[in-house]
Amino acid sequence: MATIVQFQHVYKSFGDHEALKNIDITFQEGETTVILGPSGSGKSTLLRCINLLEQPERGQLTIAGTTIQLDKPIVKKDKLAIRQSTAMVFQSFNLFPHMKVLENVIEGPVTVLKQSRAQAVEKGKTLLHKVGLEHKMDSYPSQLSGGQQQRVAIARALAMEPQFLLFDEPTSALDPELEGEVLRVLQDLAEEDKSMIIVTHNLNFARRVADRILFLENGEILFDGTTDAFFEHNNNERIQAFIQAMQLY
Amino acid sequence: MSREMQLVLDSIWPILKAGLVITIPLSLLSFAIALVIAIVTALARISNKRYLQVIFGAYVWIFRGTPLLVQLFIVFFGLPKAGITLDAWMAAIITFSLNTGAYASESIRASILALPKGQWEAAESLGMTYWQTMRRVIAPQTIRISLPPIANDFIDLVKGTSLVASITLADLFMVGQQITARTYEPLIIYTLCAFIYLIFISVLMVIQSRLEKYASKYV
Repeated sequence: MATIVQFQHVYKSFGDHEALKNIDITFQEGETTVILGPSGSGKSTLLRCINLLEQPERGQLTIAGTTIQLDKPIVKKDKLAIRQSTAMVFQSFNLFPHMKVLENVIEGPVTVLKQSRAQAVEKGKTLLHKVGLEHKMDSYPSQLSGGQQQRVAIARALAMEPQFLLFDEPTSALDPELEGEVLRVLQDLAEEDKSMIIVTHNLNFARRVADRILFLENGEILFDGTTDAFFEHNNNERIQAFIQAMQLY
Repeated sequence: MSREMQLVLDSIWPILKAGLVITIPLSLLSFAIALVIAIVTALARISNKRYLQVIFGAYVWIFRGTPLLVQLFIVFFGLPKAGITLDAWMAAIITFSLNTGAYASESIRASILALPKGQWEAAESLGMTYWQTMRRVIAPQTIRISLPPIANDFIDLVKGTSLVASITLADLFMVGQQITARTYEPLIIYTLCAFIYLIFISVLMVIQSRLEKYASKYV
């Protein structure tokens, strides 16, 4: 398995607050990693550093063959290369409201990857079929439920054929009722061995799909291991307390 | 027919004609130039280049911070002292374009800033460049949000053109003043002028509401 994301001694702070402290970690191809941790632990920040929506101030990042030194200004070409090799699905969907569903999905391939419109449309339809929304391709996002919007956002991310899919609390803005339809899509992707990193609060889902769990607290990685090791054979008090609190909820 | 009625009938065409020949072309031309200035200014002020922010910020500050009539006098009566002589038309177009451009740039800037941050992030995540993001994601949504304030700026401009009477341009209002001087019927003539402005601006308002409806089709 090839390594495609590597953090080396990465630091990120917001003002006085150190969000990430000396993060040293690698993510492998074909692996589904779930990042868990309390609010403010730095898990979303870690994820957003991978496609440079947040720019860490120290350390070194290697993403899909592009290595950047974070204490220097990032070259525009490297930034675009990294963003094109990763795709992000957001908590608040962030679909483009002025474009219809299919247009949302083909926007990246046509504008960024310079694919022909016909080719992008064909692939876009296939992806919408995959997330069960082919019949909505001519609707505007405002005409869709939250769960449907998030599934379109997943199709939009897949259309870029990224090496890594990033999910930032993809179901946190959804009713429990609508959460299931999005989780099912994620599970399908995990079973296809897509490379995914998912930040979530849903422990049951984590247990079901993750090959690997990361647990963050105060900007540090407290646990990094298999799903089994995290849930069944963990004697870290802090993590046991976290699991218990989440399950009670 | 009463004398007043006859006066209205005799005056309506000269006043309307001045509106059609001066007020409307002046408004349209100034607005077109103002829009270009406003877009450039708004983009410069949200850019991360400090010198652009300062230069364009100063321009907006000056034109929002001084009266339109004073600006018009400086350009038409003042600049010849500095060796720049402009005819009344030119002076009017330059002043109105710059003045409306300053206000409209604020309308556009506020509309861009009102868009959720997630729109920028989603576009950046797809690997779009700044200009691709602007063109494909930000601009189309900005148009919808900025339509009402921009229409307001345009309406202010049309009404503001009544000031050109003071720099010798025979617009709608100046013709009204000339007729009043001859007939001494200020109530009738100035009300007639107001009525014609109201018609012009009502047409704009209808166009505005059509455009708003069209631009909001995705909401």
